[in-house]
Amino acid sequence: MMTYFPEEVVEHIFGFLTAHCDRNAASLVVQGVVPPAARLRRNCYAVRPERVAARFPAVRSLTVKGKPHFADFNLVPPDWGGLAAPWIEAFASSPTAAAAGGRGGRAGGGGGGAPLEELRMKRMVVSDECLETLARSFPNFRALVLISCEGFSTHGLAAVATHCRHLREIDLQENEIEDRGPQWLSCFPESCTSLMSLNFACLKGEINVAALERLVSRCPNLRSLRLNRAVSVEALSRILMKAPQLVDLGTGSFWVDHRSEAFHRLISAIERCKSLRSLSGFWDASPLCLPAIYPICSNLTGLNLSYAPAIQGSDLIKLIRHCWKLQRLWVLDCIGDKGLAIVASTCKELQELRVFPSDIYGAGSATVTEEGLVAVSFGCPKLHSLLYFCHQMTNAALITVANNCPNFTRFRLCILEPKKADPLTNQPLDEGFGAIVRSSKGLRRLSLSGLLTDQVFMYIGMYAKKLEMLSIAFAGDSDKGMLYVLNGCKNLRKLEIRDCPFGDGALLENVAKYETMRSLWMSSCDVTLGGCRALAAKMPMLNVEVINERTKAKSRGSPSDFHKVEKCVYRTIAGRGTTPRFVWIL
Amino acid sequence: MTKNMEKEAALRFGDGENFAATELRLGLPGTRERETATKVLPTGSKEGGTKRTATEIESNDFDREAKTQVVGWPPIRSYRRNTFRSMKRDEEKAGTYVKVSMDGAPILRKIDLEAYKGYKELREALEDMFKCFPSGESVRVDAREYAVTYEDKDGDLMLVGDVPWEMFITSCKRLRILRGLAPST
Repeated sequence: MMTYFPEEVVEHIFGFLTAHCDRNAASLVVQGVVPPAARLRRNCYAVRPERVAARFPAVRSLTVKGKPHFADFNLVPPDWGGLAAPWIEAFASSPTAAAAGGRGGRAGGGGGGAPLEELRMKRMVVSDECLETLARSFPNFRALVLISCEGFSTHGLAAVATHCRHLREIDLQENEIEDRGPQWLSCFPESCTSLMSLNFACLKGEINVAALERLVSRCPNLRSLRLNRAVSVEALSRILMKAPQLVDLGTGSFWVDHRSEAFHRLISAIERCKSLRSLSGFWDASPLCLPAIYPICSNLTGLNLSYAPAIQGSDLIKLIRHCWKLQRLWVLDCIGDKGLAIVASTCKELQELRVFPSDIYGAGSATVTEEGLVAVSFGCPKLHSLLYFCHQMTNAALITVANNCPNFTRFRLCILEPKKADPLTNQPLDEGFGAIVRSSKGLRRLSLSGLLTDQVFMYIGMYAKKLEMLSIAFAGDSDKGMLYVLNGCKNLRKLEIRDCPFGDGALLENVAKYETMRSLWMSSCDVTLGGCRALAAKMPMLNVEVINERTKAKSRGSPSDFHKVEKCVYRTIAGRGTTPRFVWIL
Repeated sequence: MTKNMEKEAALRFGDGENFAATELRLGLPGTRERETATKVLPTGSKEGGTKRTATEIESNDFDREAKTQVVGWPPIRSYRRNTFRSMKRDEEKAGTYVKVSMDGAPILRKIDLEAYKGYKELREALEDMFKCFPSGESVRVDAREYAVTYEDKDGDLMLVGDVPWEMFITSCKRLRILRGLAPST
């Protein structure tokens, strides 16, 4: 009977267990052995929260992801699921968790209670009630990170601020948060002095600036602060004077009359922040205000201007020229190919580049093409992570990029028009992407776009041996394409496909493969209900879900097996609980 | 701060997806609840107010061949889409409202340039607001007391009245009434 194993041994054993169901079984055996410091990551339906809480009662850090990635793009209906409440309640009320925490029982303040300290959630539905439960149940709670979540309001934040005495981090990234007033910032007690990171940039409403200033004043370890649009430049200056030790800053509204005293105060305040390495925000930024940050630009390793559409062209170029230490740059495509050429000549340390589209619904005058990317590939040899939205791409350019940058770990290219061919040759982009996967042997994540045939998938299956996540849209000719990937990519964990001609044949040919994967998403492909049923029958340990929005209105009568399925998603699962009407578990 | 609050007001008191309701009005805090209620819908909602634009309504979700807007394409997170959509709406709504400052007056005003037919009406409105101009003269020529100037898109300070009215309202970002400055011509 195992009583204690060092962490390294446990991890070593776990490394041999590739199937998720095996891992669940093994976890039962080693109950209580996982050291408290270990981080647990789960998909929210991969296993029941009560089981995790029972098995790992002493866990301090939990990460849960909810909706599939394509939910980001409105492909998953609302009410699909991904609820945070069962997870929080499971850990809050687990008796073993409470026992592991100390004297047991719910804590009013200090002493026993569940030992959970950190909770990270992505694409989950979080309610104010469960934030309140969290705040009251975990006396040592320190860090809350919510990414692309929804369903809660500033009242939930108030509960966390009020009850979590040792709070170090509140990081809210791109969530939809209902604004119910600015009081939450005033809820941090005077005794709260431990904050290190506070990010509320995605909050839409007003905030209590005075309360924020007091909070910043009493938290000397504050390193990361990201404000929302409601915070003016004047307020920002005052805050920076109180927190010159900041390493990461997200500005609020970055607009002020550049001839005013306020502008000069801003410059002085920013100049004092000698430790500042990363900047973001720039809401409503006017180019005339940019000189305020010139003094610290040469220290910056990270810069995010992707929410500042008014900063373009020559102003943007002037700014970039100051930032020669940049490692991470997020910009809008109004930087243009010319701007990217300046990035290439200035930012020799660049590792990650993201170029977002500024005009999603129109043609857009200022955009980027393959030229910008090629320039960056020549100038920035350390580039390994790319997200690039552009209007066109050529095979020649991709081959050049592949030759210049053999170290890509993440390569996501989005040509805005689906199925667009190489404009020079009218050929598909198979060869270009083929060159990328051939040269970047460490590639872990890949997103494809443009006109693509089965050939590109053959290359991916042949060369992308370390690939873990692949996103495909409007590509391929036949089932062969999907099979190349399933058969060839040994390390594939997540595969998401939309609008491709892959059908039941591809789905059912290599079902054993799914045991080694975390999830498969197919929407608007040629998979039928019969195919999904066959998959579910062949692999009873898998969860096969069919989401069929169209039939929400129809109540009875099971559709024929030949009925084309709109969406189907699979995960290994131990029981999902309630499902919405439009989701069928097969 | 005030520029931001104006934009927030525009967001808060107008129903984002109903383009007819573009009228800016100052409401009591209670009127916020209507707007925030629609915003509670999950971002994935097809029925929700945050998702659709005119072009998206036209597209057939299940027609893969549609060259116009396709659901979920380009693959940009809802949060980013929604943020840009509201930024664009802010620009359109707040487009012709400009601040008016006067030397010596600590509190600024705001006017909608499109509410006036020409320089004469503008002048009258400014007089009324600040109650200090001698009456009757044209905007440009009051060398004794005040010069009405404006800040254009490039940030330059210009004298009001030189260009045709239509051009003026598109390029004027802000009005400044300056004291004791004589126009050079």
